[in-house]
Amino acid sequence: MIPGSFSYHRPASVADAVKLLSDLGEDARPLAGGHSLVPMMKLRLATPAHLIDLHGIAALKGIRRDGQNLVIGAMTTQHELLASDDVARSMPILHEAALLIADPQVRYRGTIGGNVANGDPGNDMPALMMTLGATYRLEGPGGSRDVAATDFYQGAYFTALEPGEILTSVSVPVPAAGHGYAYEKLKRKVGDYATAAAAVVLTMAGGKVATCSIGLTNVHETPLLAADAAKAVIGTSLDAATLKKVAAAAEAIMAPAADARGPVEYRKHVGGVMVTRALQRAASVAK
Amino acid sequence: MAKTHVTMKVNGAEVEGLVEPRTLLVHFIRENLQMTGTHIGCETTHCGACTVDIDGMSVKSCTMFAVQAQGSDITTVEGMANADGTLSALQEGFRMMHGLQCGFCTPGMIVRAHRLLKENPSPSEQEIRMGISGNICRCTGYQNIVKAIQYAAAKINGVEFREAAE
Amino acid sequence: MNDLTPTREQRTAALEGMGCKRKRVEDIRFTQGKGNYVDDVKLPGMLHGDFVRSPHPHARVKKIDDSAALKVPGVLAVITAETLKTVNLAWMPTLAGDVQMVLADGKVLFQNQEVAFVVATDRYAADDGINAVIVEYEPLPPLVDPFKSMDKDAPVLREDLVGKTTGAHGPRKHDNHIFEWTVGDKELTDAAFNKAEVKIKEMISYHRTHPSPLETCQCVCSFDKIKGELTIYGTFQAPHVIRTVVALIAKLPEQKIHVIAPDIGGGFGNKVGAYPGYICAAVASIVTGKPVKWVEDRIENLTATSFARDYHMTTEIAATKDGKVTGLRVHVLADHGAFDACADPSKWPAGFFNIVTGSYDFPTAHLAVDGVYTNKAPGGVAYRCSFRVTEAAYCIERAMDILAQKLNMDPAELRLKNFIKPEQFPYHSALGWEYDSGDYHTAMRKMMETTGYAALRKEQAEKRAAFARGETREIMGLGVSFFTEIVGAGPSKNCDILGIAMFDSCEIRMHPTGAGIARMGTKSQGQGHETTWAQIIATEIGIPADNIMVEEGNTDTAPYGLGTYGSRSTPVAGAAIAMAARKIKAKAQMIAAYKLEVHEDDLEFDIDGFRVKGLPEKFMSMKDICWAAYNSVPPGMEPGLEAVSYYDPPNMTYPFGAYLCVMDIDVDTGVYKVRRFYALDDCGTRINPMIIEGQVHGGLTEAFAIAMGQEIRYDDVGNVVTGSFMDFFMPTAVETPHWETDFTVTPSPHHPIGAKGVGESPNVGGVPAFSNAVNDAFSFLGSTHIQMPHDFWRNWKAAKDLGAVA
Repeated sequence: MIPGSFSYHRPASVADAVKLLSDLGEDARPLAGGHSLVPMMKLRLATPAHLIDLHGIAALKGIRRDGQNLVIGAMTTQHELLASDDVARSMPILHEAALLIADPQVRYRGTIGGNVANGDPGNDMPALMMTLGATYRLEGPGGSRDVAATDFYQGAYFTALEPGEILTSVSVPVPAAGHGYAYEKLKRKVGDYATAAAAVVLTMAGGKVATCSIGLTNVHETPLLAADAAKAVIGTSLDAATLKKVAAAAEAIMAPAADARGPVEYRKHVGGVMVTRALQRAASVAK
Repeated sequence: MAKTHVTMKVNGAEVEGLVEPRTLLVHFIRENLQMTGTHIGCETTHCGACTVDIDGMSVKSCTMFAVQAQGSDITTVEGMANADGTLSALQEGFRMMHGLQCGFCTPGMIVRAHRLLKENPSPSEQEIRMGISGNICRCTGYQNIVKAIQYAAAKINGVEFREAAE
Repeated sequence: MNDLTPTREQRTAALEGMGCKRKRVEDIRFTQGKGNYVDDVKLPGMLHGDFVRSPHPHARVKKIDDSAALKVPGVLAVITAETLKTVNLAWMPTLAGDVQMVLADGKVLFQNQEVAFVVATDRYAADDGINAVIVEYEPLPPLVDPFKSMDKDAPVLREDLVGKTTGAHGPRKHDNHIFEWTVGDKELTDAAFNKAEVKIKEMISYHRTHPSPLETCQCVCSFDKIKGELTIYGTFQAPHVIRTVVALIAKLPEQKIHVIAPDIGGGFGNKVGAYPGYICAAVASIVTGKPVKWVEDRIENLTATSFARDYHMTTEIAATKDGKVTGLRVHVLADHGAFDACADPSKWPAGFFNIVTGSYDFPTAHLAVDGVYTNKAPGGVAYRCSFRVTEAAYCIERAMDILAQKLNMDPAELRLKNFIKPEQFPYHSALGWEYDSGDYHTAMRKMMETTGYAALRKEQAEKRAAFARGETREIMGLGVSFFTEIVGAGPSKNCDILGIAMFDSCEIRMHPTGAGIARMGTKSQGQGHETTWAQIIATEIGIPADNIMVEEGNTDTAPYGLGTYGSRSTPVAGAAIAMAARKIKAKAQMIAAYKLEVHEDDLEFDIDGFRVKGLPEKFMSMKDICWAAYNSVPPGMEPGLEAVSYYDPPNMTYPFGAYLCVMDIDVDTGVYKVRRFYALDDCGTRINPMIIEGQVHGGLTEAFAIAMGQEIRYDDVGNVVTGSFMDFFMPTAVETPHWETDFTVTPSPHHPIGAKGVGESPNVGGVPAFSNAVNDAFSFLGSTHIQMPHDFWRNWKAAKDLGAVA
């Protein structure tokens, strides 16, 4: 398991990276943490002629506040997310989900940008970003643009990224104080992708759900926002009948593949269970 | 493919070499530097036998290119012993608690545990289990590895190590 | 005596002999990254080989075009079956009496089969080379389901065997049939079933899995053209056997073959057999005149070199109404893949599966095993198992639970009722074994008392009631397992490999200063032989274990041995050590008698030397005797102090144990939690309790993995879908349960130190405990048997099929 040959580039700025990508065209791939790309290269399922390593670009690192948003540089690692007090305080669901990604070593190298930009339906961050209403900053030869996470994913490994563009940061609105949250992920073992996972962010008022957003991981060729399911819980106290209805609404939009994690029927069913459990837990931690 | 010159610090010593861009860091360490303590177990980033410490991070060296380690400070299992050559608290813990059998996962385990204890000097059993979950061991069933790390933590913290009752 | 004179306890402790938790000597190098594994071997001018493999499970190879590959920088040669035919090595014999293609000869028979071997200057160039070889295939219909192997219209896999009505183990019924093996009294057994008050019948499958040690299979072959000598460094559990195999098939003089097994990163049965990589690397070295390394990657390991199990066991028990078993009838369909590459003793095509009567006093039993070919990787090896004992133990332990359920009896009570009684040992089983010793009732009762078995059953009843009332979605299972193993292969009367009796050996040389070296025919892969073998010698001859160096794995220096697998090292080699040590001790006694000027019979051995009976101050330490052996031996005696023993065991040993698994399962997701796992093992005399505990932890973890998800699975058209550690369940520290260990000691009466072996017991006993826990959890919903592996989705499916999930 040895990768094919390639030329290595380590630009120092986003502009240089973008220029390299557009000059080199389809034979070039940006390299972030590498935990998706390098194994594919070792299997020779990916054979880029050029790798553009983004580790040399200081501007892609770091977490900062921008008004009501947290802006996270694309090359910020899961480990750095976990180490951030700001994330833990203002966006605890991000902390919770980052801890469920892969294993400790992978989290030191794996980046939020790589996780959201790769378009792998098994990645955890995309559904979470949709749930939180994040936007992605894309920079390309024609300048920069912002794309909502909800508009970014078009198919498995197929995203709104245009040739020559790289994702440079994600901007995540900080949820309301006192919000409830949960990321429920069913996986076979540490290091596995989700059999199904659900992200919930909600607010409660007088014992009833006031606002709610639900995201789903690895139950479709893209991450999903379960809008109908989220709508169905507004104004309820998450009674059994509501939960049943919500799970059914969420399952209705799932279309997972059958794989070693289980047949389609199972993955949809546990997708519904994850939604139910995430809702209950989110409500229990809401203030 | 043209070769690239790389320099880095490994176990405190400056090293250099000529590598292809595709040369994996683990191969650079094992073949060019001839430090064979770092092992290859799965090649798909699951088993952790190739774990080395790079700039304060535990990294699976089978999933990183040597060129990416340019200028970095690396510690491998060969750099884990005390300065006077005696076994470190972790190495001693693995021996005292029977935390290894075939020894193949051990270098990666020890290097990983080293970083874990730096970040969390008194981890709970659950934190240790989570902390080494990127390393697979086929022989021990992990229970004695957990004890080995607890032993080392106690020794580093200067407190008496007590084995938890079965 | 003054205060400085060590006490007897101190003298005993200083030896670090048997029974002591001696810390391992191996760990000094392993913890510092100074082990020496095969991939660490680097010889001057060494080349690397890598395989082109088949993407098809069954296809005709039309053409292999290596022209582009030979133009890849660094690529020196591409070896195919045609090349190998020039040295008559296109096929090789398997340990099971079959033959196996080394490289595809006209046809491929499983996905990832070796098709061509590319030799290059380094592993990067070799990988480039394999990607440049173009192979033209004509796909053929794949045969995946072993139950269809002997269908009339099944595709014929082995064209080399067409028309051969007899195989290595008797008549063949079909072109895809390998053997039928029967044991026991069919008439008597049929009669028992005809008059049985109660009968159960179930098809119990033990799925295909893989040993997958963390270090894969690998070798470095170096042929010296001038001397005509071949040196092979390899991951070999049985180095001497490899040497003999190479001598026989490569027609090289055996003295010119040097096999070295350095440190081995786990074996678990994966490293017993000979694989195409070894042959190709050897041929490549002979052809190029340079050393050639072959290192398997993980995908190749999981998909090509060996597998384990794949036994489909139709099992019937006859019993009385009050739960006394009266007969056992088992038919096994054994899927061997494309070639029968079992690593069993030659005369045992289904290994020791006839231990299937287990721990129970069956008056009669009958067993038939049919081996068949399919388009899957060849095997199957004994994955932490003494030759199909894991399959047998799973079969009988699952069946006993099914019978208990039918009789509405507690599974522990049913077992107690049918155990072989202590006074029945040595016990002759209905399928032909002579069990050496056992006290099953004591072990079982200790397990039940220590775990609070009765209280757990009560809690389970309460939880079931709560489940029925809709108060919980969790169900609880208690998995009881009581296994009897058969290990220590084996007596020359019934065990050989390629005609070589399965003895084992030890040579001890004591040096003048009271130190020594012991050389062995075994080969540790993590079992800690360097530590424990010295402990046996320490106790036997009174020299501190620290002064004894143990050396294994070099066929030039070690006495011939059959290697380490099947938990045979302690029962066979452990005995050889004791016997060699006793020869040393006997000579030492003569020397001591001469030096102390008494008759030998007036001496008694006392911890670390000989003492004159009745004259305690007249004592000569073994250390001093060692010195004397080199300068003042009795007249007529040869100087020196050395001994060698080749031990042919009179019988197998029969370790046993009582295990309990307590498991909770969430029916809505199928997610299980092992709340508790208790393992009581009786392996006879215990040499190093620390290492025994470590072996038990490791074996239980492998059992957990196998029972709960570790599977080599093929899709309907023969693609293997579990080819990496993503999908082949390899639990981490997070998933792995906490283990409680316990023991009883029932020494083996025929073994010099009474030891029985333990490495595989936890795997043999563990799998049925986990599976019985899952089955026990679901039983109140109306199921009798749920097949392994019990991963989350299958648990959920079971719940759904039983109506527990909407």
